[in-house]
Amino acid sequence: MRDFPLFPEQASTFAGPVDALYWTLVGLSLIFGGVLPFIILYLMVRYHRSQKADRTNQVHSSLPLELTWTVIPLVLVLAVFFWGAFLYIEIRNPPDRSLEIYVIGKQWMWHVQHPNGKRENNELHVPIGQPVRLVMTSQDVIHSFYIPAFRVKQDVLPGRYTTMWFEATEPGEYHLFCAEYCGTEHSLMVGRVVAMRMADYERWLTTPGEIILPDGSTGGAVASPLVGAIGDPMVLAGSQLFATGLGCASCHRNDGLGIGPNLEGIYGTEVRLDNGELVFADENYLRESILNPAAKVATGYANVMPTYDGQVSEDQMNQLLAYLKSLGAADAE
Amino acid sequence: MATTALPGHNYLQDDASTVGAWFKSWFLTVDHKRIALLYLLSINVFFLLGGLAATVIRVELITPQGDLLSADLYNRAFTLHGIIMVFFFLIPGTPAVLGNFLVPLMIGARDMAFPRLNLFSWYLYMAGGLFALTAAIFGGVDTGWTFYTPFSSTYANSNVILTIAGAFIMGFSSIATGVNFIVTIHTMRAPGMTWFRLPLFIWSSYATSLIIVLATPVVGITLLLVAIERIWGVGIFDPALGGDPLLFQHLFWFYSHPAVYIMILPGFGVISELIAAFSRKRVFGYEFIAFSSMAIALLGFLVWGHHMFVSGQSVYAGLVFSFLTMLVAIPSAIKIFNWTATLYKGSISYRTPMLYALGFMGLFVIGGLTGIFLGIVAIDIHVTDTYFVVAHFHYVMVGGAIMAYLGGIHYWWPKMTGRMYSEVWGGISALIIFVGFNMTFFPQFVVGYLGMPRRYHVYPEEFQVLHVLSSAGATILAIGFIIPIIYLTLSLWTGKEAGNNPWDATGLEWQVSSPPPTHNFLEIPVVTTEAYAYAPDAAEQDAANWRPGSPL
Repeated sequence: MRDFPLFPEQASTFAGPVDALYWTLVGLSLIFGGVLPFIILYLMVRYHRSQKADRTNQVHSSLPLELTWTVIPLVLVLAVFFWGAFLYIEIRNPPDRSLEIYVIGKQWMWHVQHPNGKRENNELHVPIGQPVRLVMTSQDVIHSFYIPAFRVKQDVLPGRYTTMWFEATEPGEYHLFCAEYCGTEHSLMVGRVVAMRMADYERWLTTPGEIILPDGSTGGAVASPLVGAIGDPMVLAGSQLFATGLGCASCHRNDGLGIGPNLEGIYGTEVRLDNGELVFADENYLRESILNPAAKVATGYANVMPTYDGQVSEDQMNQLLAYLKSLGAADAE
Repeated sequence: MATTALPGHNYLQDDASTVGAWFKSWFLTVDHKRIALLYLLSINVFFLLGGLAATVIRVELITPQGDLLSADLYNRAFTLHGIIMVFFFLIPGTPAVLGNFLVPLMIGARDMAFPRLNLFSWYLYMAGGLFALTAAIFGGVDTGWTFYTPFSSTYANSNVILTIAGAFIMGFSSIATGVNFIVTIHTMRAPGMTWFRLPLFIWSSYATSLIIVLATPVVGITLLLVAIERIWGVGIFDPALGGDPLLFQHLFWFYSHPAVYIMILPGFGVISELIAAFSRKRVFGYEFIAFSSMAIALLGFLVWGHHMFVSGQSVYAGLVFSFLTMLVAIPSAIKIFNWTATLYKGSISYRTPMLYALGFMGLFVIGGLTGIFLGIVAIDIHVTDTYFVVAHFHYVMVGGAIMAYLGGIHYWWPKMTGRMYSEVWGGISALIIFVGFNMTFFPQFVVGYLGMPRRYHVYPEEFQVLHVLSSAGATILAIGFIIPIIYLTLSLWTGKEAGNNPWDATGLEWQVSSPPPTHNFLEIPVVTTEAYAYAPDAAEQDAANWRPGSPL
């Protein structure tokens, strides 16, 4: 047996804290789960019917005892709950300057697109020492993006975005698993995560590799007329869709005089709706407003936008989002 | 060819002169004891079928490649295992077999409140089982027992509808049993049998029945919605049709988390009975054990979201569900501590049922403690949907529910059949099950924390050693399950006559003959004592009377 690990590798900033909490729990469990069986064993032997022992003055209930074994476990579980809660909040809140990578899951593969347009299948290259935020959706059923060495997992749902973030710490190759059962080849929906030093990652990003089409298939090594479009940086591809491909720009004008609202800087802000509610303009709101515009209409605008459901692929949706987010970023700087 | 004759006029005897009449006397019986035996046989057949599926799974997982089964067959095997074990063994198991047999006997009643409904619930169970088995024979189903949408409602190309119909019908069987228990316990207690004189098995059956009646309709509706989306394409769960895939998970776990307590709570009741009887003293902290069952039943309804920590629910929801999950640990811990305290100053004997009870305590502690790991979101993110979860729920379901079920079967077997089984083989198989169980499932905690996802047909090579260990343990476990079937069956012909009260236990069921007469009590008893009213010096006397050569 050449390779027989008992503990998982630690390759992200979460791995250490999660393991620390885990081993604390193992330790606490040993106090209960390890000592209690020995108490039971002792009582089993000490008070076996063949043993002479004092069996007089039996007690059948005791409030102080009941309170003791209610309060002590309660305090302990609340302590580990709060410890875990703070760690959980950290795991769910990405830092502002995260690198965003888009992931599409489908039966039975992962398709990844990096901001500069580079695509890969069943692999994810990430830099170390840099927070990475994955924006993920599924084309069909529910999948789950799981990197054990990073201690992160997030279900990937059809029809909406879910996100997760991590910061890799050790260069290397790690397992990537689909953790939510998704059909026949669920156990083959696996791949690898390659963590690299930033310089290596940047070199990798700019090295042309195999041509991968938006549907995840590989187009062979020969350049096709499509290469220009599918290899474009996501923001550029998104801006072309916005300006001409889908014609969004004719209503969503950046001078504010259009039929629809100006979308510059909209991402990450709160939008007032015509019913007075405030919604947070995250990926899911933007997605819904493209596919089902009537669902949440910004105040001051008429409900006139046609639906783009069926006209925008998941891939194009990601590019549009990347573009809309870049509008905000340009303002901020 | 019985070695000794059993007491006359018991429920097993037939006056039937023809085969037809004999069939009628069993298959149209309204006697709760006969219905319990019908359940015993049918539920154990389902257990063996589910076990067969588990065997296939464990053999496949000996190697990292998918060599024994195709991916499709493997998926159908674990789905079949899950559906049979959950819907047709664990959920009805202890309530329908032991509960049916014992509830009227323990409270001093002549039958259930609704004997015909009781029989009907068995037919519903069999009808549901028939649908599920038909689905399995005609190609099976590959959704997992959880039927997650939109996979089950839109994408799966297997017998989803037929299987769902089976689970749906089986749900009504559960509800009928639950209603029957609730009404029986409320209205048919013997004079003097106050609530706080009830055996703890009745308390836990009552708590279980409340959960069954309140939660089962939800899963029925949910499965119906899946069928509606699948057949007519009505958008409920599939976002492509305008539905919400997470809605299914909320509805499904709103039932299926309480269902976990449907499986384990009756087991708690059994363990309380066994520990008292074989320590020869009153259960320590009776009221605390009784109320902890009710607390678990209540809290069980508030924690379904802990199955969905990585599903995309909000951080706030995650924190609330995590907090409530921590609270469930408390009533479970209270039970374990009270049982342990019961042993103190008892006169403990290592009869077969007690071995199961002691094994239960050890395994349930591990199952419960790992539940706390899973309830803490930061850890759950890493281990959910891995073998860590698989190991955890097998410790609770097999190590808890099945150990209690077997302990109960061995404890009340003399009452059900009038005969004793071989204590030697009983002890040996209890030990084999304990060892085999730990060997099967403990390595799965390790491989789960390493990151091995569940429901994987092929897996990375570095996990093989732990999988081989697990499969080897499963072989031992299987042997441990087969031995009792043999010696219990043999005991029907060769077993010594049990007498009314072979364990010298308290409780109304031990005051009638074994097997009990058809109408249980010739005269309805009047109860004047608490449950487990062992004499203050019962333990002392028992130990003083022990001589070398007496049972251990």
